[in-house]
Amino acid sequence: MSGILPTSTSSEGVGPEPVGAPPGAPVEERRAIEGRSPWLLAWQRLRRDRVAMISLVVIVLIVLMAVFAPLTTTITGHPVNEQYRQTGLTPDGLPTPPSSEFWLGTDDLGRDIFVRIAYGARISLLVGVAATALTVVIGVIVGLAAGFLGGFVDTVLARLIDVVLSVPFILVAVALVSITGPSLLVTVLVIGFFSWASVARIVRGQVLSLREREFVEAARSLGASDSRIMFVDILPNVLAPVIVYASLLIPVVIVVEATLSFLGLGLPPPTADWGGMISESQNYYTVAWWFVVFPGAALLVTTLAFNLFGDGVRDAFDPRADRIMAEVSDVTIEPLADVDAVEAVPTVETRD
Amino acid sequence: MARFLVRRIALGLLVLWLITIAVFALFFVAPNDVARTLAGRQATPETVALISHRLGLDQPVWKQYTDFLWKALHGDLGYDYYHQVPVTDIMKAALPITLSVVVGGAIIWMVLGLTNGVLSAIHPRSFTDRSLTAFSLFFYSMPTFLLGLLLLYFFYFRLTLAGITIFPPGGYAPLTDGFWPWFQHMVLPWFTLALVSAATYARLTRASMLDVLGEDYVRTARSKGIGERRVILRHGLRAALTPVVTQFGIDVGALLGGVVVTETVFSLPGLGKTAIDAINQQDLPVIIGIVLFASAAVVVANIVVDVVYAVLDPRVRLH
Repeated sequence: MSGILPTSTSSEGVGPEPVGAPPGAPVEERRAIEGRSPWLLAWQRLRRDRVAMISLVVIVLIVLMAVFAPLTTTITGHPVNEQYRQTGLTPDGLPTPPSSEFWLGTDDLGRDIFVRIAYGARISLLVGVAATALTVVIGVIVGLAAGFLGGFVDTVLARLIDVVLSVPFILVAVALVSITGPSLLVTVLVIGFFSWASVARIVRGQVLSLREREFVEAARSLGASDSRIMFVDILPNVLAPVIVYASLLIPVVIVVEATLSFLGLGLPPPTADWGGMISESQNYYTVAWWFVVFPGAALLVTTLAFNLFGDGVRDAFDPRADRIMAEVSDVTIEPLADVDAVEAVPTVETRD
Repeated sequence: MARFLVRRIALGLLVLWLITIAVFALFFVAPNDVARTLAGRQATPETVALISHRLGLDQPVWKQYTDFLWKALHGDLGYDYYHQVPVTDIMKAALPITLSVVVGGAIIWMVLGLTNGVLSAIHPRSFTDRSLTAFSLFFYSMPTFLLGLLLLYFFYFRLTLAGITIFPPGGYAPLTDGFWPWFQHMVLPWFTLALVSAATYARLTRASMLDVLGEDYVRTARSKGIGERRVILRHGLRAALTPVVTQFGIDVGALLGGVVVTETVFSLPGLGKTAIDAINQQDLPVIIGIVLFASAAVVVANIVVDVVYAVLDPRVRLH
């Protein structure tokens, strides 16, 4: 069996055979093993990865915090945008430190930082997931089209990929947002439109080799149309590297969103947004450490959890990574897909 | 090789040309009220029209574009809207600052990243490896602006409170004022940029080294009795550098166009901060100039990377 996912959804039924049980295995064990699809195998490997599982728990907690953000208002009695000029600001009009009234202190306008962090999680997660989804959808479609259709389409799309990859992302993103005016939709669209090129490049490379394979030829000889071959036969085979890439892209996107906010192009005030909070704290970091530390910690914990989880996902899909290999010793499994394609980190330019 | 180079350069020019169109289109799709802003609130429509005319904004967009392109080909990027300073002068003033940040930062992040990656790869899964990996992931997850602010808090604010005034709160001192003031202003920006970037390089080096150390020729080298240090550095690291160099080229290319976040946090008037300020003022000539320069840096970096590939990895030449 070669290093790709079987096209189990292909009705032509010519995909590579699933991983079988070792011949010598006891009957019960064999039955248990026979049912394992490559996806299940990856999941089982992921489940054994303690760090990834802890990160997953942290991610779930952050999601819960975002979903139940209004609860923080119920508990503390502080609405998210309420400015407590009397209790939440010192006589000099400066933020007040953490106290029993304001657990994580207040910001420059006397608002409760704890409540705002909970609400800010909504923005970060929403943008992170939505922009990543958009990136993946555009990237997969362009990559499939370029790789499978080839010829003129490929030439044009490959050049387009080059152009998008040469665009100084942060500069152009800032320029675009400053023209259209900041909003959630604009942020998601801008990130999506400038990040798809890496996904497209990965998918295109995979498709170029996949389209020469027997199961594609078989599908074609059975009379399948181009679009059917592209989406039913080839697409499932490129999903593994795309999923790995996407899981590593989410934290990058969250940082990009926060960076845009920091540069003053986040969501318009008074929206609670981590990047925006850190940006506002810039003028107060000498007098109110909590103003920068808590939103910063929220952002850092979130990106760290997503990165650790994404790492785990990559290892799970690519058992060559030694630490997993040592644990999966019963069957020698070829990598599910060429995850090398995403060995490099997502290339959205955020490092600066 | 020559044919390959010509092809790549032609492609690079095509990319740059497309980017000029994109940026131009972007700004003229949006309602443009620069002339009105410049004229001030009390201005009569005539004044606005006059300013608009002087800036060439009353011309059809395609005419403005072809004028721009023609001048750009002659090395003239026009004048900024607000002070009528040549854009090339503005960029010449900002470039040394960006260069200072990038060069210093790059040296630090390469040293940190490569050492970290090689140490991790020599004993994979050891305690050293795990702690170094955790260390890199921490900084990899750290948003640049957050790290910058934290460094400012501890190394500027806290130290100054303690009576140690080594680090200024930001700003730039040119090298002509002496090495020490320049160095003082650069240390925190360097580490901000370097710590965040080093993580990427550590992870890249580790993965690449692990691949390479499993190769047959490394075993051959060991079996010939070559010392471990030499095997790791000469046979291992040299081949493992290929993806690292790619990333390095792309990163440096991208950063030369402006270290946007770091420059903003530390109030360094480099290309990145200049561009952000220009964007906030809708100062189109400056924006186009810097975006074009930034893209050119990326394109050139990509070509250089491809050439360096062949030099660095003997296997590439064989194929």
